[in-house]
Amino acid sequence: MTAISLFNRTTWRPSRSWIVPAAIAAGGVFLVVGSLRSSLFAQQTVSGLANGGIYASLAVALVLIYRATEVINFAQGALATFTTYVAWQLIDWGLGYWPAFLCTLVIAFVGGLAVELAAIRPVERRGSQLTVVIASIGLLILVEGAIGRIWGNQVKFMPAPFPARIYHVGGVAFSLQDLGTIAISIASVVVLWLFFRFTKVGLGMRAAAVRPAAARLVGIRVSWMLSLGWGLAAMLGAVAGMLAAASPSVLLQPNMMDGILIYAFAAAVVGGLESPAGAVVGGLAIGVLLNLLGSYVSWITPQLLLPAAFVLMLAVLLVKPSGLFGRSRTRRV
Amino acid sequence: MGSLLALRDVDARYGQVQALRSLSLTVDEGEIVAILGANGAGKTTTLRAISNTVNRSGTLEFAGRPLGRKGPEATARLGIAHVPEGRGTFSELTVAENLRLGAYARRGSLRDDFTRVFTYFPWLERRGGQEAGTLSGGEQQMLAIARALMQRPRLLLLDEPSLGLAPLVVAEVFRIVKELNHREGTAVLLVEQNARISLATASRAYVLEVGSVAFEGPSSELAARDAIRRSYLGY
Repeated sequence: MTAISLFNRTTWRPSRSWIVPAAIAAGGVFLVVGSLRSSLFAQQTVSGLANGGIYASLAVALVLIYRATEVINFAQGALATFTTYVAWQLIDWGLGYWPAFLCTLVIAFVGGLAVELAAIRPVERRGSQLTVVIASIGLLILVEGAIGRIWGNQVKFMPAPFPARIYHVGGVAFSLQDLGTIAISIASVVVLWLFFRFTKVGLGMRAAAVRPAAARLVGIRVSWMLSLGWGLAAMLGAVAGMLAAASPSVLLQPNMMDGILIYAFAAAVVGGLESPAGAVVGGLAIGVLLNLLGSYVSWITPQLLLPAAFVLMLAVLLVKPSGLFGRSRTRRV
Repeated sequence: MGSLLALRDVDARYGQVQALRSLSLTVDEGEIVAILGANGAGKTTTLRAISNTVNRSGTLEFAGRPLGRKGPEATARLGIAHVPEGRGTFSELTVAENLRLGAYARRGSLRDDFTRVFTYFPWLERRGGQEAGTLSGGEQQMLAIARALMQRPRLLLLDEPSLGLAPLVVAEVFRIVKELNHREGTAVLLVEQNARISLATASRAYVLEVGSVAFEGPSSELAARDAIRRSYLGY
């Protein structure tokens, strides 16, 4: 090492910035063309997008917390399940679906804040990121246990927000359930994006996430911003949980989000772990891809879908190690 | 009337290492004061002690009130803007967002503040949408000062504003600091390696040596004393 290279940044590799947009565009064209040629393909694409919307919501929740603390919150799925049980309980007590939905969002937000204050902050203050990860795993076990204790382990039936109606458009059958799921999950992510982009608190949260020390110097209460992040993530998780529980393939049970959390994790990694937009694209891509693989490739059984998600994740990381929307970091050496 | 900022017998430590030893200094309202000294003399730590980003003890008063034990968030809200080493740029955010963050601790409309900032830094207006990390070093230093100005501070703490900048840019930065001080009445506490330009800008200066004040006095006097100049200021 020469003296000069000690002060140089790591070599800057030209980013192949066209690959990601090109791949996304190609995927989109493939889906549209396929859907126009085959009605089965169109149906599978739409229900894949619905699953993907659920993965995307939970993936964005993971990204929110990862950006702020560089920690994967393993309890995100369990917290989502808990809030979904809360929604079920409210409906069981006689509340309408949408009032229960909104109440659950508020409860999830407050609950997320409370969990951060009670379980995460004391650990974070003393320990490393690893201790926080382990605390989140402990939280996962605790919350799933609490669900079983309060509501029992039997499967419950969560009412669907939309009537089970099927629309026929040019020979293609779309279920209102799928379309609604796509709409709600996308809408919640968009609302969150607007919040971050256009509000003062949203700006403060972004600043606290990228530069905590500088953020404190301009008067931002960084620890408060972290708690807020947990509250928002819990809200998104609640959306994902309520949408997932209504799907006939999931059903409301204490471990219902375990599998979905893994898909969401894959989606977040594909998207670059720090990018909410990447998490959304990753979630939708995984949802659609798995659905199409499951219906067109005969030897891919439902048990093989999870490995398939990891193959996709690996493939993306091999081409672009920082994920689709991630930035490669330059470090001084 | 007391000083705007008064430190008396302030100690500060990083773990086992004591960085400040009963350091005392004052800054009056509307004054520019420079802190000079070699690497490791405790210049940056002095600023950190004021904004409470380091473990410190002793008496620290701002506008007659103790600075207390609250974190840097609270200090910022009192009207002390700290532009840290490395400028504290939020490089992932846009220029306009960086400026909005400067006013984070205040309520109300920012329109007047933006107008005021653009009179000092007209070029910022056109670059509002640009990602702050893509600015040049000099531009980032100006952005950092502009961000601090958005905070409407009574006291501006500047840590090595000349670091890594070309001489012409350094001159421009100091010209703006002086103009700011003159027109807004903002007091400035300046930490610098570049003794020559600091003494030309500040009315008084402190020379630190291993965590305490070795010399203090009006800038002209320090600059005139050859012994101090040669052994501590290096020119």
